[in-house]
Amino acid sequence: MFPIVKKRKLAENIYLFDVLAKRVAAKCLPGEFVIVKQDKQGERIPLTICDYDREAGTVTIVIQVIGGSTRLIADELNEGDEFMDFVGPLGNASDLIGEDIEELKKKKILFVAGGLGTAPVYPQVKWLFERGIKADVVQGAKSKDFVILEDELKSVSDNLYVCTDDGSYGFKGLVTDKVKDLVENEGKKYDHCVVIGPMIMMKFVSLLTKELGIPTIASMNTIMVDGTGMCGACRLSVGDEIKFACVDGPEFDAHKINFNEALQRLQIYKTEEGKELLKVVEGETHHGGCGVCGGDK
Amino acid sequence: MAQDMWKKVAVAEQEPEVRAKNFEEVCLGYSKEEAMAEAARCFNCKNAKCIQGCPVSINIPAFIQEILKGDIEGASDVIAQSSSLPAVCGRVCPQETQCEGVCIRGNRGEAVSIGKLERYVADTARKMGIKPKANPNKNGKRVAVIGSGPAGLSCAGDLAKLGYEVTIFEALHEPGGVLIYGIPEFRLPKDEVVLPEIQNVIDLGVKIETDVIIGKTVTIDELLEEEGFDAVFIGSGAGLPMFMGIPGENANGVFSANEYLTRNNLMKAFRDDYHTPIIKSKKVCIVGGGNVAMDAARTALRLGAEVHVIYRRSEAELPARAEEVHHAKQEGIIFDILTNPVEILEDEKGWVKGMKVIRMELGEPDASGRRRPVEVKGSEFVIDCDTVIMSLGTSPNPLIARTTEGLDINKWKCIEADEKTGQTSRKGVFAGGDAVTGAATVILAMEAGRAGARGIHEYLSEK
Repeated sequence: MFPIVKKRKLAENIYLFDVLAKRVAAKCLPGEFVIVKQDKQGERIPLTICDYDREAGTVTIVIQVIGGSTRLIADELNEGDEFMDFVGPLGNASDLIGEDIEELKKKKILFVAGGLGTAPVYPQVKWLFERGIKADVVQGAKSKDFVILEDELKSVSDNLYVCTDDGSYGFKGLVTDKVKDLVENEGKKYDHCVVIGPMIMMKFVSLLTKELGIPTIASMNTIMVDGTGMCGACRLSVGDEIKFACVDGPEFDAHKINFNEALQRLQIYKTEEGKELLKVVEGETHHGGCGVCGGDK
Repeated sequence: MAQDMWKKVAVAEQEPEVRAKNFEEVCLGYSKEEAMAEAARCFNCKNAKCIQGCPVSINIPAFIQEILKGDIEGASDVIAQSSSLPAVCGRVCPQETQCEGVCIRGNRGEAVSIGKLERYVADTARKMGIKPKANPNKNGKRVAVIGSGPAGLSCAGDLAKLGYEVTIFEALHEPGGVLIYGIPEFRLPKDEVVLPEIQNVIDLGVKIETDVIIGKTVTIDELLEEEGFDAVFIGSGAGLPMFMGIPGENANGVFSANEYLTRNNLMKAFRDDYHTPIIKSKKVCIVGGGNVAMDAARTALRLGAEVHVIYRRSEAELPARAEEVHHAKQEGIIFDILTNPVEILEDEKGWVKGMKVIRMELGEPDASGRRRPVEVKGSEFVIDCDTVIMSLGTSPNPLIARTTEGLDINKWKCIEADEKTGQTSRKGVFAGGDAVTGAATVILAMEAGRAGARGIHEYLSEK
């Protein structure tokens, strides 16, 4: 069992958890992910690591409610409660981690974070900052209320550019608009870009950086079951190859990823997930119609 | 009706049309009277071939004699000397090619139903609360076992009986390996059969730590150097699924058998009280003809689909056990033999709408001794379906080899290990089961686990 040391609401339906998981905290690196499971009947949910404290033995994750299982975690788990399972670290650390620090210092690195993707961007920017490298971050959110981890990111980045779709805070527009603006109007030059966020946003950032000639890495949040290479649910096309996001990634060369196929594959369980969420939200009042419970038979 | 001594005592099964709609166990096992009658068919041979036919050398005539005496505890003790998972093996071992395949009775008539008798002993012993006896004398030495499937469990059980302090590390959230995630409930019930057998191993003093991925969470070197283990046994299995590499394989609705079975078995998608989603299919094509293919086919059937097994050779070459094929056919699975997929067809939204296949015929024998299937030119046709499940075999996960310096693997990514001792190229590191041989059977993995335990005992006794 893995106790929750801290729970913080970052925005509507977005929660941060510090979880006591000593083995994971001792080993994990930015870019890697964990799989969490609430209880015996819960789903295995892959989440990219947001932060870690080796001494305290804690790992920070951020969960957004997108279906039945995440709804239950958000509603039912509080400080002092436990995740039944918390396994990791999974996947590979960010490519930046393995690079020569002096070489990295010569590069100007841009991070583009969208929505929940802000959480896994943070440890990478922080890791660089602790080694004397200050990166720029473009952060996108629907509106002011959904801008998460702003102070944390500000404290470890060179420049933080917040964008909101509705203009309620910071730059009005999409992250792609802001990146374009920075490069074309503000004379910014970037040698490397890391994009993490909703897949559709990563696709468009990738198209833009290809045009701008900036090598780009994307962290792929695919469907997964085990996270260790067993199921192949997370497979995606990168160049001419089929890769498993869990063991070959989660980070890949964005310009080689077949985003359209990856976006399509995210739809596989959408209907089932929707039905499950309905079942969870309606709770005691649920009496069929979801197609799962058999209540309408 | 008097028992025909040339034939096995028939075992009760759920009716095909009933069981095709549920996940309850197909075979119901022998009653006491049936078991006694079947046990009476054993010749109690002096030079019993069945013992040699058993990979773990269970003293089969001895336990059958105990059944005849009505002494279940005695029978259970005989089996426990050789096997820690009798209720599992009685159900999933390919007895027809092992113990029963060499039974003298089989020379004229049918062999003694050894598997069903083993199962009877294990199930009855469990219901009576009979437990294997733990060794109270500990020798103070610690062994780490990686993986809690059949290889790991049998290795751990044997070492615990020898007085070792054993910890099993399991990557998934529940112990059991393929017994939990791979083999379905209707062939191997989890709560009634698998979990109690795992509990028996725990009762021998073995610790199991789940959610630990060796090679990521902690490495073998760290286990040996920092966590104080004296030896390591790798029984991590062969978990990586293979795909065909044909067009359309990434379409929505194409799954590995591993994913499909894991969702249903480990994650219990078939039950309302679990949150795991699984695809609701109308017509499913299973590609492959092994036991895993049969498991995936019969699972899809129970989830409400029409199911076709697409296999490129003829029925005689089907690698699945005859009993599984028989059960599958009884339940209404359709076998499209001498047929091979060429391409998976997608609709405009990227979902599977059919599979283009080609007819095959058998040519000259290949390296495996089986007649090689060759394509019949121009015989392509399309099978309409909404789901394709690839069941083409699995290979070992390279994670452990990649993170353990000096651990040699072969070109199939299998760990190199001595067959008799499990010794690998690294001192103090032993391995066995599918991680060494590639995908095989539960009982062969158990045999390798036992060999590993002997190897480790020898190594640590000399140390």
